[in-house]
Amino acid sequence: MAGYIVRRVLQAIPVLLGTTFLIYFMVFAMPGDPIVALFGDKTPPPQVIEQLRARYHFDQPFIVQYFIFLGNIFRGDLGVAFSGQPVSEILGATFPVTLRLAALAVFFEMVAGISVGLISGLRKGGIFDASALVMSLILISLPIFVVAFVAQFIFGIQLAWFRTTVGSGAPIQDLILPAIVLATISFAQISRLTRASVIDTEGQDFVRTAASKGLPRTRIVPVHILRNSLIPVVTYLAVDFGTLMVGATVTEGIFNVPGVGRTLYQAIIRGEGPTVVAFVTIMVLIYLVVNLLVDLLYAVLDPRIRYAK
Amino acid sequence: MKIKRIGVAAIALAAAGALTLSGCTAGTPSSTEGASSSAVITTNGSEPQNPLIPTNTNETGGSKITESIFAGLVYYDAKGAPHNDVAESIETDDSQTYTIKIRDGLKFTNGEPVDANSFVDAWNYGAALDNAQLNSYFFEGIEGFSYDENVAELPGLKVVDDTTFTVKLTQPESDFPLRLGYTAFKPLPASAFDDLAAFGENPVGNGPYMLDGEGAWKHNEKIDLVVNPDYDGPLKPVNGGLSIVFYATQEASYADLQGGNVDVLDQIPTGALASYESEFEGRSVNQAFAGIQTFTVPSRLPHFSDEEGKLRLAALSKAINREEITDVIFEGTRSPAHDFTAPVIDGYSEDIKGADVLEFDADAAKDLWAQADAISPWSGTFQIGYNADGGHGPWVDAVANQLKNNLGIDASGAPYPTFAEFRTAITDRTIQTAFRTGWQADYPALYNFLGPIYGTGAGSNDGDYSNPEVDSLLDEGLSETDLDAANEKFQQVQEILFEDLPAIPLWYYNVNGAWSESVDNVEYGWNSVPLYYQITKSE
Repeated sequence: MAGYIVRRVLQAIPVLLGTTFLIYFMVFAMPGDPIVALFGDKTPPPQVIEQLRARYHFDQPFIVQYFIFLGNIFRGDLGVAFSGQPVSEILGATFPVTLRLAALAVFFEMVAGISVGLISGLRKGGIFDASALVMSLILISLPIFVVAFVAQFIFGIQLAWFRTTVGSGAPIQDLILPAIVLATISFAQISRLTRASVIDTEGQDFVRTAASKGLPRTRIVPVHILRNSLIPVVTYLAVDFGTLMVGATVTEGIFNVPGVGRTLYQAIIRGEGPTVVAFVTIMVLIYLVVNLLVDLLYAVLDPRIRYAK
Repeated sequence: MKIKRIGVAAIALAAAGALTLSGCTAGTPSSTEGASSSAVITTNGSEPQNPLIPTNTNETGGSKITESIFAGLVYYDAKGAPHNDVAESIETDDSQTYTIKIRDGLKFTNGEPVDANSFVDAWNYGAALDNAQLNSYFFEGIEGFSYDENVAELPGLKVVDDTTFTVKLTQPESDFPLRLGYTAFKPLPASAFDDLAAFGENPVGNGPYMLDGEGAWKHNEKIDLVVNPDYDGPLKPVNGGLSIVFYATQEASYADLQGGNVDVLDQIPTGALASYESEFEGRSVNQAFAGIQTFTVPSRLPHFSDEEGKLRLAALSKAINREEITDVIFEGTRSPAHDFTAPVIDGYSEDIKGADVLEFDADAAKDLWAQADAISPWSGTFQIGYNADGGHGPWVDAVANQLKNNLGIDASGAPYPTFAEFRTAITDRTIQTAFRTGWQADYPALYNFLGPIYGTGAGSNDGDYSNPEVDSLLDEGLSETDLDAANEKFQQVQEILFEDLPAIPLWYYNVNGAWSESVDNVEYGWNSVPLYYQITKSE
């Protein structure tokens, strides 16, 4: 097990280097000069542009810029945004917000999705199952911004149960509504996935054995059926968590959440290379870690899976 | 300069019925019963793009803050007329050398005095090439300014005594005093220069408001300002402070106004333009401010030089039905242009000779185009370049469609994915089509709409227009000591511009805003920013 983890962590190093290089190259190759854009519709004097380009090393060839960037990273300096704020500070401010939002969303979709999926699976073909199917289909087919605007209008403006947008500091109570919105999409997937998996597991020999042994239903359902049905669901949840950590740009925009998606979007529009690369690097890291955790979780959930050597 | 960020598209409801273009007047000063001078006004803003240093702040996100925390020599009232704030007097005999006296006993919020050096040092810093300040070009008229070498101290700026300094310009510029209200000309305390990076994060000013302690700028979230108790000037706030919330989308700010989380907005999302005036009846604004949308056809394009070019440009201009586009595309939130400047500017006139070239006349347009074809037949597609990330697509397409229908030529928009790419193509002259141009005044004066854009070799002369007559009239206007006489010269410049059409005026920008029931006395300035200091709020 330990050897497996070490191997996976070592594998992450070339992946990280490769992605930073690729991202840096893509930001560099983005057409248009961010310095010129700083001046809006006005045309700046060329000498001032030159000064600014030199300050941000934009006057150097790509490979030199990349190595300056890498060198700074190893000294713990991620660079500064045009606003003078260190990128490390931006990371420190936005990732906790997105982490809270993602955790809340995953919590909602997990609780709702698994319970609905479990009941649907156990009472296959019943009224509950049928209505859950209809609801999931509706939710899957709605674009997220429609869900978000409607939820904001009804619960934020009309009923005033929640604040319309997320206030300063992004407190948990403000994040509940956007988290529910984010959860609606995956809720449908998770409930469908759980249902299929539950039906599949229910037909397995060990469930019939348990039943014929005379075990009560209250033991069979959680221990034998649910636990064994969760493997695909856990994978899905983990991947979903990774996706949410990378930032839900649309939802964060509508609810004005000062999180990763919104900030990264702004940095891309402004052409702030260091911010973009730092954000994406952290995102790659998160993906790698989440994937490793999922693989390790399999072993916990399913004793048949072992990571030998 | 306002750089519009894209929001998530809301579903726009097609509104039938006429929309009045008349500017909705701002709330009449009502009784301030129940109003509290300690209530904080919440308003919309955006994360400043640059550190909060006046000479380096050139976009609305940052300038909304610097304008509130720094007081300049002069300020502009709602109509754009300048009045003294820190200045006691600004005097000149020849429009070239100015003697500026400032009021005695003024202080920055850290206790440092506001004296002649506060201005001279800040301006020297802003002008020096090595500092590469975004607003450095504002100082280019001062004697000794150079783009080629670093000048640490401009010889044109001289401190006479604690409260007096003189400014010598390289040539007479009659509207120099008008410029002094612009952000670039604010003073800085001496301590700012110890560590400007730190200062830009926690600026210390002399304005009506000040930062609510260290770290009041919560990046990407908001900035909290409180009233500066030592401010003793004409813009004394009657509220308890200003909380500027940074919104990523206009939709989010509008939802917050509907939800009661924000008091004053100076932006309305496209999807709500048709409905906001009825939803916030008596609490909304739709009035022109000092900005104009144009498009430029560089004369280097084939068929657009000399006599043929003049005919074609006039044909293009006459083939556009500005009323229809401002009504249908913008729901009446733009006003068709009648000149090259803006209606809020002193000296503005709708009846300049030649302005009829902006009136829609399809037959005349066709006729002019045919005359140009007689010189050299037209072929190909007429394209208008624009940045696709700024919401310009709909109107560019509408203009292209009108050109297509009214001139019988192929016309289309030519989108660039990002603002940076678009501006770069214009700046290095690689763009091979016509392109959208716009101007938002830095200070309320006719010259600001003309000199920087249409003077030979001027900074924002993106179409490389050059006409010696225009240049000499601009110079003559600048050397007048009387503003009315100067404006007369500038209107003569516009007469020539109507013949040459170096840019084709389309419409003036309007400020669209609304406010909540709890605030009163809301008025929007000449530059679209609400006059926050005079807003009252009940609790």
